Amino acid sequence: MASKKDFVKFDKVDKSYDGKVLVVKDLQLDIAEGEFITMLGPSGSGKTTCLMMLAGFETPTNGEIYLDGKAISSIPPHKRGIGMVFQNYALFPHMTVYENLAFPLRVRKIPKGEADKKIDKALSMVSLQGFAARMPGQLSGGQQQRVAVARSLVFDPQLVLMDEPLGALDKNLRESMQYEIKHIHESIGVTVVYVTHDQSEALTMSNRIAVFNDGKVQQLSSPDELYEKPVNSFVAEFIGENNTFGGEVSDISGGKCKVKLANAEILANPISVKGKGERTTVSLRPERALINPSTKMDNLHKGKIEEVIYHGDHTRVRINLLGNPEFILKVPNSSSNLDIKLGNEINIGWNSDDARALDPK
Amino acid sequence: MSSETKQILTTDGIPLEVSLKKAEKKNKIKAFLLVAPLLFFLIITYVFPIGDMLFRSIDDKMVTQMLPKTFKAMETWDGQELPEEEVFAAFHEDFIKLVEDKREGKLSTQLNYTKNGFKSIIKKLRRASKKFEEGNYKEQIMSVHKRWADVEYWRAIQRRAPEFTGQKYLKGMDMYVNEEGKIVSVEEDRRIHRVLWLRTLEIAFFVTVFCFLMAYPIAHLLATLPMKYSNLLMICVLLPFWTSLLVRTASWMILLQQQGIVNDFFVGIGLVADDNRPEMMYNKTGSYVAMTQILLPFMVLPLYSVMKTISPSLMRAGKSLGGTPFVAFWKVYFPLTIPGIGAGCLLVFILAIGYYITPALVGGASGTLISNQIAFHMKSTLDWSFASAMGLMLLSGVLVIYWLYNKIVGIDNIKLG
Repeated sequence: MASKKDFVKFDKVDKSYDGKVLVVKDLQLDIAEGEFITMLGPSGSGKTTCLMMLAGFETPTNGEIYLDGKAISSIPPHKRGIGMVFQNYALFPHMTVYENLAFPLRVRKIPKGEADKKIDKALSMVSLQGFAARMPGQLSGGQQQRVAVARSLVFDPQLVLMDEPLGALDKNLRESMQYEIKHIHESIGVTVVYVTHDQSEALTMSNRIAVFNDGKVQQLSSPDELYEKPVNSFVAEFIGENNTFGGEVSDISGGKCKVKLANAEILANPISVKGKGERTTVSLRPERALINPSTKMDNLHKGKIEEVIYHGDHTRVRINLLGNPEFILKVPNSSSNLDIKLGNEINIGWNSDDARALDPK
Repeated sequence: MSSETKQILTTDGIPLEVSLKKAEKKNKIKAFLLVAPLLFFLIITYVFPIGDMLFRSIDDKMVTQMLPKTFKAMETWDGQELPEEEVFAAFHEDFIKLVEDKREGKLSTQLNYTKNGFKSIIKKLRRASKKFEEGNYKEQIMSVHKRWADVEYWRAIQRRAPEFTGQKYLKGMDMYVNEEGKIVSVEEDRRIHRVLWLRTLEIAFFVTVFCFLMAYPIAHLLATLPMKYSNLLMICVLLPFWTSLLVRTASWMILLQQQGIVNDFFVGIGLVADDNRPEMMYNKTGSYVAMTQILLPFMVLPLYSVMKTISPSLMRAGKSLGGTPFVAFWKVYFPLTIPGIGAGCLLVFILAIGYYITPALVGGASGTLISNQIAFHMKSTLDWSFASAMGLMLLSGVLVIYWLYNKIVGIDNIKLG
């Protein structure tokens, strides 16, 4: 597939509902063909608005959206040929599963024989063969979800939008559906724009994730980069767990900086700090800090264990460290006999590379 | 499961089913006691009056009781030739008694319903009967007037012998039983009831259609507007509901009369000439306009309650799947509103078919309905049995419509709120 880099292109898109507040600000976003991109963000961050503009249910206040090189702002939704999965599935309750799937084919005047083949294919893709005659009300939530996915794909759209499609499912089902949607995406190579506020969902499924906050894309990168190299403290906070230290840069040299805390000094990786005296928030992932590290690490401090929570495969330890009483550590439950007991003082070390000095919140 | 499942016993050894029934019996009694007052009220105010109405509409005891001996004597009469002396004698005896009670006038009215021409000959008979001598009443009565010697009139009397009759129902359909005992229609120029029935159906039907056409967009707007606007609109819809029906009808009279506001406005903008103001009241137009406005909320509310439950994402889904806005509306939205349409139409139609005050006030002669005719017989002619018969015909008409609706759409599909 000769994939285009900018199959979907948001070009300087602004959106305002009341003429006073911008819910989407100067959005610049390219989505490549065949990509699975997730718009992730808290509610009210503008991600759903972006999706609705792409689907054609909202018009950009300013700027233009291009689909496959064509400006689409003036094209009504039904002519865009974009598949969509809605939050509450939006299956037509008065039609059978078959009729639901036949709807997009019928309006496209596809002959019945061909349509039936497509419907069979779509239903087998979501492993719902034999459910064609059921009414949506007779299906479980997960099955309805699959029908909704099948319906959005049955007319072979080049682009499928999914608006928090798994929000109403319970945890186990949600996880299995995540894999299922991911596999469908991989097998048919359709471009997917997925909206969610669930970060683990985003990390599991996407090629790239656009983290939205306050109407802007805070960071657009692959899941691993997003997790390991957040570019600002919002992303660091929003994705995964995070230990933070607020302080002031006291020295910056050789790709490292010293950050002065209330009663100590730590070494960190200067990401968005430029010079001495700047306020910063240092972010450190819990699994990057080790207890009594065997190798040499350039940060090594003593902390007191405040709480131990057993989690099955790992144990979470809350430590009062350098004036931060919420410092979290994740310790794998291996047989190694560590001295993790409430009230103990332990040594905790981490590399300055993993401690990212970001903007102050 | 196999049918031979073992009977399950409770720990006390009582079969579970028996125990369950016992436990549920108490609840059933409680539930019944809760609804008992209402049930009692309904029986008194609803079942009895309707039963009484049904009885009245077929009750024809009046003549039977006025001429008991005559009818007894007539039992052996074959109705071919003039009856024998004993019938005349019995009739004379009954008649003298009626004259003594001063009830012969009623008899003449009643018999006149059956056959025209009884009024005058009964009057003559009363005068002549004072001079009657004992014996040979046949000769004496026949000599009073030649109609008394006509077998047709005696047959007419005989037809009133049964205690119950369906003739009021026939009359409601402009039919009667003729001399040969066949059911025939009355002459064309006297068929007033059929016209009224048809007009009632026609007005009810069109009022329903108009209400539907107007209520659908309103209800849709109500269901989709933001709360603060929809509340205001809802009040506008309900406001007429809180005003007395008479006041609303009277205000339509002010608006629609020939010198009324609407006509003044039309003349003002030059749409009609001052000396050629259209009549918008005291005819069908008046009934249509006023009834549509008054019954509109009954259509809006069920539609609104159904539309409120339809997720806006369904229309969006329809469009995103490639349906034009019209296709999305027609294939997705409209079918989902059918329960509301059914409920609203049924409600409006049934209310319209029995509407009384509004057509009475603004309908004039050409805009009145069957209910006005019923009221006329209740109040003016005092022919309650006929009024009852027509009332029941109206009721059964409504039931037929309900049954048809159930057959076609299904009553489970109805949603009133």
